[in-house]
Amino acid sequence: MDFFDPHIHIASRTTDELELMAKMGCVVVGEPAFWMGYDRTSPASFYDYYRQLTEWEPKRTAQYGIRHYAWLGLNAKEAENVAFAKEVIPLLPEFLDRPNALGIGEIGLNKNTRNEVATLEMLIELAMKTNEQMLFHTPHLADKYPGTRMILDMLRADSRVDRSRVCIDHLEEHTIRLALDEGYWAGITLYPTTKATPERAADMVEIYGPERILVNSSADWGPSNPTAVPNFILVMRRRGHPESVIRKVVYDNPLEFFNQSRHFEFVPAE
Amino acid sequence: MTIKTKALEVLDREFLSLRCKIVEVAAALDRIARAGGECDDPRIDQVRRSLELVAQPREAADRAEQVQLLFSLPYDPQWRQPRV
Repeated sequence: MDFFDPHIHIASRTTDELELMAKMGCVVVGEPAFWMGYDRTSPASFYDYYRQLTEWEPKRTAQYGIRHYAWLGLNAKEAENVAFAKEVIPLLPEFLDRPNALGIGEIGLNKNTRNEVATLEMLIELAMKTNEQMLFHTPHLADKYPGTRMILDMLRADSRVDRSRVCIDHLEEHTIRLALDEGYWAGITLYPTTKATPERAADMVEIYGPERILVNSSADWGPSNPTAVPNFILVMRRRGHPESVIRKVVYDNPLEFFNQSRHFEFVPAE
Repeated sequence: MTIKTKALEVLDREFLSLRCKIVEVAAALDRIARAGGECDDPRIDQVRRSLELVAQPREAADRAEQVQLLFSLPYDPQWRQPRV
């Protein structure tokens, strides 16, 4: 089955893995800007990273027939230094005009601090001014529940936000209903230990239905699996779900969400 | 003739995996105990409370959600207000 991985950090993955993903049916990837495992020391470092996401990584995936799209943003982990963020955010509009740009992401909260909130407000403001879609990172582990609710509070307070153009990501059992009830796209990340497993993601699809749910590997430089989406497909098949439902989650939904971005022009195969 | 309910079908599918995960939990707790010394840490209390929650009969099939909340920090609806 053809599938999208709507959230994967290709910059951290090898060409062998891209080949394997292509063999398993991956046709489109969405790569959000994120934390590289160490804090960058200057805005120029972000500039080079945005070039990597919009120039180099699309060429690497194209070798295997995978279309590459990117989200540009300042990640929550590096959002604590508001003065630094004020130097990085003005770099974004140039890259939002690149042909593979999907919008602003992944942005959000990490430890739910006031400084992170201040940086996030600047990024949301930029998205509103430039009419971009947004992809939100929700915090890890114990911080996820309060952080997700804070992000939803911020978005609810801004009447300009079109919820059909926003994905709240890394949702789990205690946060997915919050995002779905308010009309957002809901991302579930499939991780070996933290976040959700393919089995629990299938549970959430069974409980809430397949509407507006996306699953992704979020595969990066840590423990993660670039073939997590095919693992989800297998779990769903073993439970007897129809191909149409599985395809909706791994292909139709991300296609519909990405299609709202001004640069997205993927044409599904006949 | 016994007719299998949907729940029994799911139990058949899940039982070995469920058993394996419970043994893994038991073995991990044994490992901590075997290591010796005090382990006065709030995470142990979280684990104990989550196991109690999982073992209790529940009308709503929401154990996973409740366990997640047990391991979560609380949400303060007044988070925008300056802290005193």
